[in-house]
Amino acid sequence: MSQPLFEYLCRMGDNALVLGHRVSEWCGVAPVLEEDIALANVALDLIGQTQLWLGLAAEVEGKGRDADNLAFHRDVWDFRNLLLVEQPNGDFGRTMMRQFLFDGWHLAQLQALMDSSNDQIAAIAEKSAKEVTYHLERSSDTVIGLGDGTEESHRRMQSAVDRLWPYVGEMFLSDDVDQEMMAHGIAPDPASLRAGYDTLVADVLAAATLKRPEDDFAHKGGKTGVRHTEHLGHMLTQMQWLQRSYPDATW
Amino acid sequence: MYAQMIKSTGQGVKSLDEMEPEERAFQERIDAGGKIEPKDWMPEGYRKNLIRQIGQHAHSEIVGQLPEGNWITRAPTLERKAILLAKVQDEAGHGLYLYCAAETLGVTRDDLTRDLLSGKMKYSSIFNYPTLTWADMGAVGWLVDGAAIMNQVPLQRTSYGPYARAMVRICKEESFHQRQGFDIMMKMANGTEAQHKMAQDALNRFWFPSLMMFGPSDAESVHSAQSMAWKIKMNTNDELRQKFVDQTAPQAAYLGLTIPDDTLKLNEETGHYTFAEPDWEEFFDVLKGNGPCNTERLEARNKAWDEGRWVREGLIAHAEKKRSRKMAAE
Ligand SMILES: [Fe+2]
Ligand SMILES: [Fe+2]
Ligand SMILES: [Fe+2]
Repeated sequence: MSQPLFEYLCRMGDNALVLGHRVSEWCGVAPVLEEDIALANVALDLIGQTQLWLGLAAEVEGKGRDADNLAFHRDVWDFRNLLLVEQPNGDFGRTMMRQFLFDGWHLAQLQALMDSSNDQIAAIAEKSAKEVTYHLERSSDTVIGLGDGTEESHRRMQSAVDRLWPYVGEMFLSDDVDQEMMAHGIAPDPASLRAGYDTLVADVLAAATLKRPEDDFAHKGGKTGVRHTEHLGHMLTQMQWLQRSYPDATW
Repeated sequence: MYAQMIKSTGQGVKSLDEMEPEERAFQERIDAGGKIEPKDWMPEGYRKNLIRQIGQHAHSEIVGQLPEGNWITRAPTLERKAILLAKVQDEAGHGLYLYCAAETLGVTRDDLTRDLLSGKMKYSSIFNYPTLTWADMGAVGWLVDGAAIMNQVPLQRTSYGPYARAMVRICKEESFHQRQGFDIMMKMANGTEAQHKMAQDALNRFWFPSLMMFGPSDAESVHSAQSMAWKIKMNTNDELRQKFVDQTAPQAAYLGLTIPDDTLKLNEETGHYTFAEPDWEEFFDVLKGNGPCNTERLEARNKAWDEGRWVREGLIAHAEKKRSRKMAAE
C-alpha cells in the first residue's frame, strides 16, 4: 500500500511543482503589471502545495527524504506529473489556456480528495481547493476575455486550445495506482471527473467563442512516468542545477 | 537611490518673501509638516519634479524585478523559491503603488511606461548590474534593499500625501526583503568553501554599486536644496550613504566577509566609518546606458511590452463588448 500511495502523492506534488515552475518563468515579463502579480500568486500557491504533497510523499515513503530531495534530486523518469503541465509556456494565451485546462480538472480532483479516507490528504486538498477555486476563476475569465477579444487574441486562443487538447485526456485515465487508491477510498476514479469537466470546458469555450477540438486523442505517459515529453528534462536542468552541482551544501 | 539625479527647477530656493501668496501658503504648509494632496494648488516645478522622482522610483521597482527574476527558476529549495518569488512580486506591487501615486499628478502609467521603454526616463543604476550566483540574491536583498530602506524610511514623511502613503506600504515590505537577503548571506557565508566564496564575490561586486545608489555628493546642489525645501527629498545623498555604511560594515564583519575597501575604518571619535568613494565615472557611464546590463534590461522590458500588446488589446476589446452588450440589454 505505501508504494502506490507514494506514487499517488508524487502525482499530486509533481503537477503542482512543474506547473508552479512554469508559471514562475513569467516573473517580471508578463503583459501587464497586474498579470505579473496574479501569475506570481498562482505560482506561489502551487509551490506551497508542492511542499505539502511531496512532504507527505516523503513521509509515507519513510526513507528519510524530504520534499526538497524529491523535487531536486529525482530524474525525469521519476516524475509523475501530467504531460499537460510540462508543456512550455508559449505565448501568454497558451499559458492561460494550459492553466484553465488544468485548473478545471485540479479543482474537481481536490474537491473529491476532500472526502478521502486519508485525513492528511483530505486536509491538504481542502486547503488547496480554496486556492485553486480562485485560480480557476481567474483562468476562465482570461480565456473568455481573450477568446472574445480582438481577432488576433481570438486566433491565438483557438490555436492554444487546439495545441493543448491532446494533453487533456491523460487526466482521466487510470492505472493500478488509481485502482488501489479507489479500493481504499483514498481518491476518486479519474473517469468520474470527466463529465463535470466537459461541461465546464464547454461553457467556458462557448463564452470565449472558441471551438472545442473534435479529436479527443490523448497523449499519455506523464502520470505513470513511462514517457514524458522532451521538455521536462530541460526544465529539470535549470531547476535542479544548483542542488546537484553543490550536493554537500545547505541553502 | 531609486530616484537618482533628479533635477528640480534649478532656480535656487526662493525665500517666503519672494513668493506670491499662493506659493507662500503652500510652502508654509510644508514647513509646518502638512501634506499636499492631489487637488491642492502646487507650483509647476513641484509637480514636474515629483512626476520624475516617483516615476523613476516606480521604474526602478519594475526593472528591479529582472536581476532577481533571473534566479527564480534556479532557486535551490522550494522555500527559497517561494520567498524569492514573493519578494519579486512585492516589487511589482511597489511599482503599482508608485505609478498610482504618479497618476494623481496628471500623468498616466502608459505615458510613464513609454518613457521608460524609449530610454527617456531612467531607473536606478543598480539594476544594470548582473546577478551571477545564488549569493547575489543574498547581496541584493541585504545591500540593495538595505540601501533602498535608508532612503524610503524618511520619505514616509515626504510632503506629497499619495507618495508618503505609498512609502508607508512599501517600507513595511522592504524590511522583509532585507532580512531574507541577509539570511541567504548567512547561509552562504557560513556554508561550504564554495558557498563562502560566492558570498564574498557577491559582496565584492555589489559593494560600490550599492554606494552609488545614493548618487554623487549633492551638498552643493541647487536641485537638492529645492527638493529638500519641498520635502520631497529628506536627506542629502552623503548623509544617507554614511548611514548605510555605518549600518552595513558591522553586518559584513558578523558574516565574516570583507568589504572590498582597504580604507574602510571606524572613526572612534565620530562613531562613523570612513570609506572610499565609488568610481563616479562608472556611475555616469551606467546612467548613460553603458552599464553591464542596460541593454538587456531595456530589451527585456520592451519585449514584454511588445509581446503583451495583443493581450492588453484583447482584454480591452472584451471589456468594451461586454459593456455594449449590457447597454443593449438595458
Ligand atoms: Fe521595492
Ligand atoms: Fe527594491
Ligand atoms: Fe525590496
